[in-house]
Amino acid sequence: MHAFANPTRFLKLAAVIQPWAIGLCIFCFAIGLPMAVVFSPPDYQQGETVRIMYIHVPSAWMGLFAYGVMAAGSASYLIWRHPVANMIAKASAPIGAMFTALCLLTGMLWGEPMWGTPWVWDARLTSMLVLFFLYLGYMALGDAFDSPEQGDKAAAILALVGSVNLPIIKFSVDWWNSLHQPSIFSMAGVSVDSAMLPPLFLMVGAFQFYYVVVVLMRVRAQVLAAKVRAARLMRAA
Amino acid sequence: MAKRKTQRLYFVLLGGLAVATGIALVLTAFEDSIVFFYSPSEISQQSLSPGQRVRIGGLVEMGSVNAVGDTVSFTVTDTAETLDVTYRGILPDLFREGQGIVAEGYVLASGVFQASDVLAKHDETYMPPEVADAIKAAGEWRGDDSATTQKTAATESTATP
Repeated sequence: MHAFANPTRFLKLAAVIQPWAIGLCIFCFAIGLPMAVVFSPPDYQQGETVRIMYIHVPSAWMGLFAYGVMAAGSASYLIWRHPVANMIAKASAPIGAMFTALCLLTGMLWGEPMWGTPWVWDARLTSMLVLFFLYLGYMALGDAFDSPEQGDKAAAILALVGSVNLPIIKFSVDWWNSLHQPSIFSMAGVSVDSAMLPPLFLMVGAFQFYYVVVVLMRVRAQVLAAKVRAARLMRAA
Repeated sequence: MAKRKTQRLYFVLLGGLAVATGIALVLTAFEDSIVFFYSPSEISQQSLSPGQRVRIGGLVEMGSVNAVGDTVSFTVTDTAETLDVTYRGILPDLFREGQGIVAEGYVLASGVFQASDVLAKHDETYMPPEVADAIKAAGEWRGDDSATTQKTAATESTATP
């Protein structure tokens, strides 16, 4: 792991992964999206509305996943001062925020016809909204200091403190009565019919590879920006 | 240098532990306000003042729905205790007998729950209609549209391991 703390070495690895991630992302979307929207069966209770699940569930998972990466990257930056880990954390924030927003929006669109309300302040919905604000806070705090390093450290600490929210989101539906239903994965197995699983997993894959593609692009941009900054300072000196 | 890294590692770990403990204590202390609704059993144990707004949740008991004009009355059960509910307004599409619901309102002097809002709660089971029909035909149904079959299914599953 420590070997990839070197930005140049990381970019070389990223250049190898990038085309594969792009290809797999397109592949998953090309098959998953038509399956999810057209070819998968309707639900016995919810009818066609169940198709929102194929966007809602993967974006919720990606919202949590991106935060997990952000927290791990921040910890690695604070403890071992890995510059690339911090870049990955910073690159994850806007993508995670986007997925969390997508999850909240599709959840509202789904809640209105099924529950009879787009929003309630139950534990799951509230903790997911807190996650969205944590992302916004992380991005704002990182830019709120004159010295970039100070901002990075403050934001990294916020990311770590906020990571207690991840298990709260995950277990909110088990710990407290909530309007939101429990997870489709439990000790008893998967509660989604096998005909609905392929589009769900393909959409999860599509979102996951999309995340990899965009994170690598953003890290690359950060490395280049750091080089430009260094070159400018050299010329000015 | 390595020593400082170890120090920072312990600092982060201890800090994380402290934050997690703090949050856990806060969440435990506020449990009553975090739960979205109370079951009929929990309501019967609480001394609610008249007109105090609460949310209750449970399954709509089979055969209990009675609509007169735009006023609907039904019974909510958690299979241990029941609570009679009356509501005037539009019910969500998923509302039916055996369905999980959450109702917001207050308990009248007569002990009946006057609901001002009724929300449908649905479970995490997703399946095509044909599969649901096939399971029902085979008599293995454990879905939430029949509280009675769910009860018998639960007793059966404990009887035959």
